[in-house]
Amino acid sequence: MYKYIAKRLMLMIPTLFGAAVLVFILLRMIPGDICEVRMAGSGMYFDQEAIDVCRENIGLNKPLPLQFIEFVGGYFTLDLGTSMWTEKPITHEIQLRFALSLQVAIMATIVAIAIAIPLGIISAVKQNTWIDYAVRVFSIAGIAMPSFWLGILIILGLLVYSQAWFGEPWMPPIVYVPPWEDPIGNLSQLIWPAVATGYRYSAVAARMTRSALLEVLREDYIRTARAKGLIEKVIINRHALKNAMLPVVTIIAIEFAFLIGGLVVTEQVFNLNGLGKLFVTSVGNQDYTMTQQLVMIVVLVFVLVNFAVDIFYAWLDPRIRYS
Amino acid sequence: MKVIFSKLAVATVVGAGLALAAGGVANAAEMPKRGGILTYLNPAEIPSYDAHRETTFGVVHPLGPMYSLLIRVNPDNPQSATDFTCDLCEGKVPSPTDGGKTFTFKIRKGIKFQSGAPLTAHDIVATYKKIMWPPDGIPSSRKAFYRMVDTLTAPDDFTVVFKLKWPSGAFIPALAAPFNWIYSKADLDKHGLNWHTKNVNGTGPFLFVQDQQGSFTEGKRNPNYHHMGLDGKPQPYLDGIKAIVATKLAVRVQAIRGDRAAIEFRGFPPAHRDELVKALGKDITVQESDWNCALFFTPNHESKPFDDARVRRALTLTLDRWSGSQYLSKIAIVKTVGGVVFPNHPFAATKAELTKLAGYGEDAKANLAEAKRLLKEAGISTLKVNFVNRGVDQPYKVVGTWGIDQWKKAGIDATQQVLPTPAFYDTLRKTKKFDIAIDFNCQSVINPIADITKFLGTSGANNGNYKDQPLEDIYAKIEKSGDETEQRKLIRDYEKRALSDEAHMLLTLWWYKINPHRSYVKGWKIAPSHYLNQQLDNIWLDK
Repeated sequence: MYKYIAKRLMLMIPTLFGAAVLVFILLRMIPGDICEVRMAGSGMYFDQEAIDVCRENIGLNKPLPLQFIEFVGGYFTLDLGTSMWTEKPITHEIQLRFALSLQVAIMATIVAIAIAIPLGIISAVKQNTWIDYAVRVFSIAGIAMPSFWLGILIILGLLVYSQAWFGEPWMPPIVYVPPWEDPIGNLSQLIWPAVATGYRYSAVAARMTRSALLEVLREDYIRTARAKGLIEKVIINRHALKNAMLPVVTIIAIEFAFLIGGLVVTEQVFNLNGLGKLFVTSVGNQDYTMTQQLVMIVVLVFVLVNFAVDIFYAWLDPRIRYS
Repeated sequence: MKVIFSKLAVATVVGAGLALAAGGVANAAEMPKRGGILTYLNPAEIPSYDAHRETTFGVVHPLGPMYSLLIRVNPDNPQSATDFTCDLCEGKVPSPTDGGKTFTFKIRKGIKFQSGAPLTAHDIVATYKKIMWPPDGIPSSRKAFYRMVDTLTAPDDFTVVFKLKWPSGAFIPALAAPFNWIYSKADLDKHGLNWHTKNVNGTGPFLFVQDQQGSFTEGKRNPNYHHMGLDGKPQPYLDGIKAIVATKLAVRVQAIRGDRAAIEFRGFPPAHRDELVKALGKDITVQESDWNCALFFTPNHESKPFDDARVRRALTLTLDRWSGSQYLSKIAIVKTVGGVVFPNHPFAATKAELTKLAGYGEDAKANLAEAKRLLKEAGISTLKVNFVNRGVDQPYKVVGTWGIDQWKKAGIDATQQVLPTPAFYDTLRKTKKFDIAIDFNCQSVINPIADITKFLGTSGANNGNYKDQPLEDIYAKIEKSGDETEQRKLIRDYEKRALSDEAHMLLTLWWYKINPHRSYVKGWKIAPSHYLNQQLDNIWLDK
C-alpha cells in the first residue's frame, strides 16, 4: 500500500509538468495582448510608447523559454510570481479568493450529499413507484438546469417576493464576509450559490446512487441476506449501501474538485470574488501569469482528489488491493 | 392598459429624475445631512493604483476620492465643458499671461497627505513632471496631451508656474484630467516612480482604508479636507465610501434594486433604467446626459476596396443616423448624432453644419442613392465586408447589428465576427485582418483638441491604417492656433475631411449616459463622462 502511495505521488510530477507545458503553450496561442487590452480597452487616448513600456515591464518581451523557466522555476522557490494585471503577488491574489471558493464548494457538497444520498436510496428502494418517478423528475430537472440560471431565478425571486411581502426588495449580500467575522452575513450570502450549485450536483449524485444501489440490490449476496431473514433496513444500510457508494464517491469527489475553480458563471451571478471569477477576469485580461497558476491549482486539486478517491476505494471495498 | 400605465409611470419618474438632475439650484438649496457610508458599484477591477499610467475608470471610481487634482471640472456644474475650478490651487483657475503662454497657480496652504506630510507646490511639480516627462520605463498614458508645455517650476513653496511653447486652449482641460492625481514628492523621491502602483497616499476627501482586490475598496472621511461644505463645515459629508466590484451588469442592476449599493457611476442601458424605475418608483432617481464617447465603424484602409474613399463614403452614406438615433436610443447607450467634437461643446458642429457631411443628410433615400452611385462609380457590384465587432453587448453588438442592416440596404453584405476583447484588439491592432471594425473614442474631460487626435492616422489610438498628411496639417494648425473662432473653423475642415471627404472613420452615434440611483443619494450631478465628478466630496445621504 505504501509503495503504491509513493508511486502515485511520484506520478503526479510528470502529470503536473505536462499540464504546465500545455497551459503555457495554449495560453500563448490565444490571440491578444494584455497591454493592448489594458491601454486600448477603455477607448481613451494612449501612447504606443505606453504599450511598449508595459510589455517590457511585465516581461512579455522576454524569450518564451525564459518565461517558461520562470514559471516552472517558481515552484522550486515557492514564488508563484506576480499578476501581470495587478502587479501583486499571485499567492496573495489566490489567498484572497480561496477561502470563499472552498467554503462554497464545501457547502454545495453538503447540500448535494444531503439531498442526493437519501433521494437516491429512496428512489432505488421504491423503484417504479410514484416516489421513484418524482425523484427522477427532480434529478433530471437538476441536470437540465444550469446552476447559474437557477442562481438568477433565486436572486430575482428574492427581490420580487421580498418586495411583495415586506415592501422592500432584498437580495443576498454582494461582498464576502468570513464566517468567523459575521456568520449570519456569511451564510446569507453563500447559502444561495450553495443551493444553486448543490442542486445540480445532487441531481447527478442522486441518479448515480440510485443506479448503483439498484445494481447492488440485484447481487447474489443481497439475495442471500434476504433469504437469511435480515430486515430490509439492515440489508440496505449495512450490506448494499457501502458497496454502492464506490461510483458515488467518485462523482462527488470530481464535482468537488470542479467546484474549487469551476464556478465560473455562478460566481459572477452572485458576485462572489472566488477563484472562478478570477479565472474569467484573468483570461479576459490575457493575464498569463495568473491564468497559468490558476490552471495549475485546478490540475493539482484534480490530481489530489483522484488520488484520495483511489485510497478511499480500498476502505469502501476491502476486495480492492493496490500493488 | 397596464402596459400603458407602466410606461406612463416610467416616463413620469424618469422625467422627475431628469428634472431633479437639472435642478441644480433646488438641490443646492437643500442643506446636506452628514454621515453615512456611500456604497457604490465599480464595474471594472482596479489594475494598478497608479492613475497616471492607467486608462480605465476602474481605477478612478474607487481611488479617485482619495486624491486631489490641481484643478477639476466644477463638481456643481459638471455638464459644462468649460467650467473648471481650483482643487488644490487657490481662488479661481488662473488666466494666462505672457500672451497666453504662462499659467501661475497659487497653492492652498495647510493641506496634508494621508501620511501627514504637508502638500506644497513641489509635490505638484513632481507629479506633473512624472505625467508629462516620465523617465524611460515609466509609463504615462496621456503625456502627449502636454506637448505644449515648455517648463514647469515652483518658484516658492506655494506657487506653480507652467510655461507653454505656444498658447493652447487644450492645456487647461488637459490639466483637469481626472487621472492627474497629485502625489507626494517625498514618496516619489524615496520610494520611486512605481510606488503608487501599489500604495495610496493622497489629499482627497477620503482616506484610504483598504482594498480587497476584485471585491471592494474602502475609504473613510478625511477630517483635514480642504473644501468647505454648504453647512460651513469641511467636506465631505459622508463618513466613508465603499466601492464594490461588480463586473456583471445584471448584478449591478439587482444590487441597486436590492439596495446593496446606492449608485453606479458608469451608466445603464435604457431597459435597466426602466426596470429600476418600475420596481422602485420614487426611491430611484435617474440622471441622464450626453456622453463623451463616440462609436465608429473603422474601415481598414489596407484592405481593398476600402482604400478607395468612394467606397468608404458609400458606407457612411448608408447609415441613417437620425432614425438610428431614434430607435437605438431605446435599446442601447447611444443617442446623439454628432461630428468629431462632443455635441454640447462650442466647437461642435451645429445641425446645419452636420447635415452637409456625407451620411448626415436627413434625406435617407437620397443618401442611399448617392451611396449606390459611388459604389457603381468605384466599379463595385457586390461588396462583401468582414465586419469585426467586440464581444460586448452595450453598445457594440447592438450598434454593429444596426450597421449591418443599414449596409444591406445598399446591397453591401457584411458578415459580423464577434470577438472577445483580447482577440478583438489583436485583430484590430496586430493581425489587421478585418475590412471594417467597431471602434470607439471615450475621453474624460471634454477637450476637443486632444479628443479629435483619434482621427489622425499617426495617433496611437487610430486603427484605420492610413496616413493623411493634409489632415495632419489641419490638426497642426488647430493645435497651434490660439484663436477660438479660427480653431472652430479649422475643426470644421478637419471634420469634413475625416468624416466626409475621406470618410476615414464612420462615426455612428455618440453615447448616452444613464445613471439611475437610489433617491437618497444627493449632491452628485451627472457629468458627460464616467471619469468625471468622481471625488464624491459633495455627495450626501438623505436617510
